[in-house]
Amino acid sequence: MSQPHAHPMSKATRHVSINERLLFEQSAPGKRGMELPPCDVPAVDAIEALGAEFSRGPVEHFPEVSEIEVVRHFTRLSTWNYAIDLGMYPLGSCTMKYNPRVNEFVARLEGLATEHPLQPVELSQGCLRILRTLEEVLEEVTGMDAVTLQPCAGAQGEYAGIAMIRAYLADRGNPRKKVLVPDSAHGTNPATAVTAGYEVVNIRSDASGRIDMAHLAEYATEDVAALMVTNPNTVGIFEQDIARAAEILHARGALLYMDGANMNALAGVARPGDFGVDVMHMNLHKTFSTPHGGGGPGAGPVAVKKHLEPFLPLPVLVEKAGGALGWDAHRPKSIGRLRAFSGNFGVLVRALAYALAYGPGMVEATRDAVLNANYLRKKLEDVYELPFRQPCMHEVVFSDARQKKHGVNTMDIAKRLIDYGFHPYTTAFPLIVPGALMIEPTESESRQELDLFVEAMRSIAAEAAETPELVKSAPHSTRVGRLDEVGAARKPVLRWTPGE
Amino acid sequence: MYPKNYKYSQEHEWVLLEGQTATVGITDYAQHSLGDVVFVELPKPGAKFSAGGVLGTVESVKAVSEIYSPISLEVTEVNAVLANAPEKINQDPHGAAWLLKGRATNPSEMAGLMDATAYEAFVAEKEKEEHA
Amino acid sequence: MRYLPKSDAERRALLAELGLSSMDQLFDSIPAACRLERPLEVPGPFSEKEIIDYFRARAGENAADHTSFLGAGVYNHLRSVTADALLQRGEFLTSYTPYQAEISQGTLQAIFEFQTLMCQLTGQEVANASMYDGSTATAEAALMAVRISGRQRLVVSRALHPEYRQVVDTYAAHLGLVVAEVPFDARTGQTDLAALGSSLDAATAAVVLQSPNFLGALENVPQAAELTHASGALLVTAIAEAVSLGSVRPPAEADIVAMETQSLGLAPSFGGPFAGVIATRERYVRHMPGRLAGQTTDAQGRRGFVLTLATREQHIRREKATSNICTNQALCALAVTMHLALLGKEGLREMAAQNLAKARYALAELEKLPGVRRAFTAPFFNEVTVEFPASVRMINQHLLREKIIGPLPLGPYFPEQTKRGLLCVTETHSRGDVDRLVTATARALEAMGRGARAAVPAEAER
Repeated sequence: MSQPHAHPMSKATRHVSINERLLFEQSAPGKRGMELPPCDVPAVDAIEALGAEFSRGPVEHFPEVSEIEVVRHFTRLSTWNYAIDLGMYPLGSCTMKYNPRVNEFVARLEGLATEHPLQPVELSQGCLRILRTLEEVLEEVTGMDAVTLQPCAGAQGEYAGIAMIRAYLADRGNPRKKVLVPDSAHGTNPATAVTAGYEVVNIRSDASGRIDMAHLAEYATEDVAALMVTNPNTVGIFEQDIARAAEILHARGALLYMDGANMNALAGVARPGDFGVDVMHMNLHKTFSTPHGGGGPGAGPVAVKKHLEPFLPLPVLVEKAGGALGWDAHRPKSIGRLRAFSGNFGVLVRALAYALAYGPGMVEATRDAVLNANYLRKKLEDVYELPFRQPCMHEVVFSDARQKKHGVNTMDIAKRLIDYGFHPYTTAFPLIVPGALMIEPTESESRQELDLFVEAMRSIAAEAAETPELVKSAPHSTRVGRLDEVGAARKPVLRWTPGE
Repeated sequence: MYPKNYKYSQEHEWVLLEGQTATVGITDYAQHSLGDVVFVELPKPGAKFSAGGVLGTVESVKAVSEIYSPISLEVTEVNAVLANAPEKINQDPHGAAWLLKGRATNPSEMAGLMDATAYEAFVAEKEKEEHA
Repeated sequence: MRYLPKSDAERRALLAELGLSSMDQLFDSIPAACRLERPLEVPGPFSEKEIIDYFRARAGENAADHTSFLGAGVYNHLRSVTADALLQRGEFLTSYTPYQAEISQGTLQAIFEFQTLMCQLTGQEVANASMYDGSTATAEAALMAVRISGRQRLVVSRALHPEYRQVVDTYAAHLGLVVAEVPFDARTGQTDLAALGSSLDAATAAVVLQSPNFLGALENVPQAAELTHASGALLVTAIAEAVSLGSVRPPAEADIVAMETQSLGLAPSFGGPFAGVIATRERYVRHMPGRLAGQTTDAQGRRGFVLTLATREQHIRREKATSNICTNQALCALAVTMHLALLGKEGLREMAAQNLAKARYALAELEKLPGVRRAFTAPFFNEVTVEFPASVRMINQHLLREKIIGPLPLGPYFPEQTKRGLLCVTETHSRGDVDRLVTATARALEAMGRGARAAVPAEAER
């Protein structure tokens, strides 16, 4: 039997939060937190070795603190953060799922974490086999023909994908000028298209939140290189006409790019390679559970169909006669190198560990993720406005239309959720829904946690009507209140300086 | 609210023409919808713009708006105060927070702009749309 | 499945709430033609033990039992286990980008500290919260210079890390930028400043060089800056070995510094994840890509930190953003912050000093071998180009038999330099490690000499 919840705020209780100054403010000459073994070769004088013009003295104002102070410093800071390990983190489009600890363990193994990317390839077969196995897993999950693991994050994956499209079209005679981006797209899509040398044309969504196919047919001219589409899209709805969109584009010599940010709704259920996608990226820090780490690192592998393979970024992992793996860096049609060395290897290790844990059972995670989102939709649709009525995939988008009448907007509701012990959902995105509440529970939430969230959201809806000021001035339980972002931007203070 | 001797564009800039000299700013409606202004980017004196060209940008914490030149002009002076006090745009958009002065290169374009009465009606219509 | 917190009964209950009888019905909105009607053909499922066994087996197929003298952008330095223990706190590991400042103050204050540390190290006024790595930071710094100057041409030193150079080329190609190369001085190993001077023109946006450069030579940054500024261009200085800043003068005259922070507390990890950083002057901050944390206050006047100047970024400015970067390398930047907090002022100075001493010891010992000498005259930090009397690739084959990974052969990067290798020695190498390298190299040269005398000339070269 589950515990009865007397009060909707039953998830959270306030407790002491310890203050902590900046490292630099605790510094005192002569303290240190790490000692080196003594130098076992003759010491050299830096000025003599480098010449006075090339040498420097000790770094001014660099911290001088002891080991225990460093431990307390970062432990105290850590307690000021919310985290998946503390509870539900329903950020839409971010897929904040459980990050298994075994993934951290294996990424740190001697023989993996210790390896140098330029060491002889015959001494790197273990690393390369990990990469090859992950490529095979991603090829199978996406239904595509080849994968590059080079991109460091989704945005760099997008860049690689669009650059490949450009190279492919240029190879056929004309790189073309425009990339179509739906108005519901993530901001990286238009930013990427421009970085890859294209002009962005926005195409609108229809009343059901999907791409307006008539609009697409009209805009897919001979000037268009590609359509960048997120599927399921950012309102959590599957683009049912995706295969037809691919046909329209292909008929006009353009390609279909899929932003795979939302693959958590599809893994094991549907494969982009089976519905006309030419190239796509995935975010391993979303679907494949590598930790977000306060903003990164991620990994943004790109999967392509056969016709784009010659354009993959350098180097390409190849299997040689006898089964040994190696790098091929001599590919004349390649878009070139995206970063030094060979991808965010440590992140790729974690992603493979995640995939191996599930195996074909990955589909269960997908099902639970979609089940959870639809459950929240059902439990909240009578108190929050649902701009798109159809069942959702892995995330559900509400709007603040009803709460706005009381002067309460999506950001206020989000901030109030903090008092209830939850991280806010994604606010004010996608742009096509004014005042959006974008909620993605992922598969990692138990029924109890989902029900607590429902209680919290319903309670806030009631507060918005009865005591709107309480919601508008939230959060009330955090160590700092809403911060002065205007002041921060007008007179930026971006580093500590002595004497402050 | 909106000075009678100014002309207004649909992009919410105002312009005051005195002889050859045009003074340009953004309207109270524009500053209000943008919110607290944190940064203004303006062109250098000598830069030439045709009507509708992008003169610069005004930024709030979460949005960036482009400033379009209401008429063709060559910039002669920018309001240096705004570099360190962008908040002036929120406080006095029609006065102390003018953005730049320039030599109007095609003054006949003034005829295509709205007068204060027409602009007030234009803004009232906008506000109605937003609250619909 | 252990990661999924629901029993089948609970699943059925939730489905019932939705009026559904099977999980499959959840996907009714996906047309049948788009559905996968078979199980995925992937390895697994694995228990935790099997996962560990799998990766241990892969680790065993690598080079963990070797002593390596490789550097070239990835360095072995001492790291405290304390930093890694702190880094694995779930509040850091499993939190998102700190957009919700009230419950992200830990990450935000740490970023502010990271930015401060990076400014102190590089001698610049502002630093961002990380880029993907040193190579992409270098490319983004070059693009930033293009935006600031409004010019379209880059001049890149041939002594820039070849892989960094390739990344610059990739990003430049799609924007139609011209990339010109200036050679390095064959005697000093530094960028040829006379050639640089004559390569600069009114279209040049930036000069890109690296210090210490790929050959190990410290560049004359003040002179390069003077030349660059005289033509109205910006100087971008890449730093791949950040520990050098413990003893080497920072490139304060550069307009933009693009630095790889791997050597400040991150494992080599077969090339990533690392963290790059862009540092620059205050006046260029609005042209800088990447996240920034700034100090501010709440309504009660309490100090706090927020992500700021976000209008530069893709989620607001979309196609007009300074970069498309979104996810960065935050956790790596945090690891660097923790490592530098532990190492501190004196630890960093001492670590750098040990690198200077050990690299010089190794060079001196190697130079005792016949025909082995330093290739360039410029001052160096912990990497030095060494010339051998035989192919470095061949010597390394011999060294591998003694479980030593020798200097990086320069032949693949500079075809004229097959007998030169880039040797990296850090505080992690003991005197014994260096002595083993020297003895093994002597044996290799001797064996190769015998082989050459015994064999017909045609075979000797193979």
